[in-house]
Amino acid sequence: MNKVVKDANEAIRGITDNMTILFGGFGLCGIPENCIKALAATDIRGLTCISNNAGVDDFGLGVLLAKHQMKKMMASYVGENKEFERQLLSGELEVELIPQGTLAERIRAGGAGIPAFFVPAGYGTEVQGNKEVREFKGRMHLLETGITADFAIVKARYGDTRGNLIFNKTANNFNQVMATAGKITIAEVEELVPYGTLDPNHIHTPGIYVQRIFQGTNYEKRIEFRITHQ
Amino acid sequence: MALDKDGIAKRIAQELKDGFYVNLGIGIPTLVANYIPEGMEVILQSENGLLGIGPSPNPDEVDPDLINAGKQTITATPGSAFFDSSASFAMIRGGHIDLTVLGAFEVSEKGDIASWKIPGKLVKGMGGAMDLVAAAKNIIVATTHTDKDGKSKLLKHCTLPLTGVNCVRRIITDMAVVDITDAGFKLVERAPGVSVEEIRSATEGSLVVEGDIPEMNF
Repeated sequence: MNKVVKDANEAIRGITDNMTILFGGFGLCGIPENCIKALAATDIRGLTCISNNAGVDDFGLGVLLAKHQMKKMMASYVGENKEFERQLLSGELEVELIPQGTLAERIRAGGAGIPAFFVPAGYGTEVQGNKEVREFKGRMHLLETGITADFAIVKARYGDTRGNLIFNKTANNFNQVMATAGKITIAEVEELVPYGTLDPNHIHTPGIYVQRIFQGTNYEKRIEFRITHQ
Repeated sequence: MALDKDGIAKRIAQELKDGFYVNLGIGIPTLVANYIPEGMEVILQSENGLLGIGPSPNPDEVDPDLINAGKQTITATPGSAFFDSSASFAMIRGGHIDLTVLGAFEVSEKGDIASWKIPGKLVKGMGGAMDLVAAAKNIIVATTHTDKDGKSKLLKHCTLPLTGVNCVRRIITDMAVVDITDAGFKLVERAPGVSVEEIRSATEGSLVVEGDIPEMNF
């Protein structure tokens, strides 16, 4: 079993035009910086990108958008990226806005083999669309379906050579659940260690879900809003 | 005299109880954290995976891996817990949060809320708002009573795209505390120095006023 790859360029091999890719992160926190950069350096186009947010104009997924590599974005909030909001309003980019909790659960369900489930979020709003509606315990719910993707690209604090991952603080967010839902999951980690090093009690994502892992480099870890105590 | 943002936050803080788990939305709701009564233990949940939001960090404590739902840097209190996004929304959707406070563009007299989209102008996305209002057992909307053009935000029917239907129970504005009942908006309290008439003319939806309406008590 050898899951370790050299770097992001090797990790993204096999990603081609028109694929669907899950990207971990919340805002710029916990995003797979190396892989996004590597993708932006290719000619791959027509991607459907699934991520909670869309990065900012010049960092994170915003870079893929600026290079017109994205056909469709599925997200819960694209507000920090002016170019996204503009492309959404002009119709240049197909955008599906999904309530954040529903998005997380659809991905969890996808990785867990649950094809569909009912949740209350979005009932009575434009999110309802043509979805099946059912009443449970006197409240209305929408039928939502599980999400899987060709690739899932996640970022962790620690990973071992068997693909076990540990995330740091709020940099976990969507990474843990997305790792389960990619046909191929790529993990870039701040520190890659030999298996046996990490405490089995502390693993967030068991290695079964991870196919490729590498130690990332030069993490910028940008902060969107640096608020401090005066 | 209508309240300022901090006044609204101070009044909302009076709804807190010891041991409450609370989710505070972006904007005015975040100010509620500054007015938690002395000695009361309230635990703040951040939808991106933290139970136990602490105060803003000192400049040397800033951690890019530790942010709130508004993408601002924060700290975590002693006794806090980190978890992933699916667990965070399971906590929310499963009705485990005692109080949710969020802002709104409009609220209807049936408790509908519009807070996320202005067609053609503001289409940033709904984030976690729809999940919060759909499942929360106790929702307070924090808002100005009218918008910057003087137009009422408490309406018969919302005109903007909805975040949720029939889900708001109490609205706390710069002018009043208003509950939502089967008969429409019901006036509960007036901001100090604000009259019932002023509140009536600022409320487009049906407003039920029964008896003497007390002033907010600070």
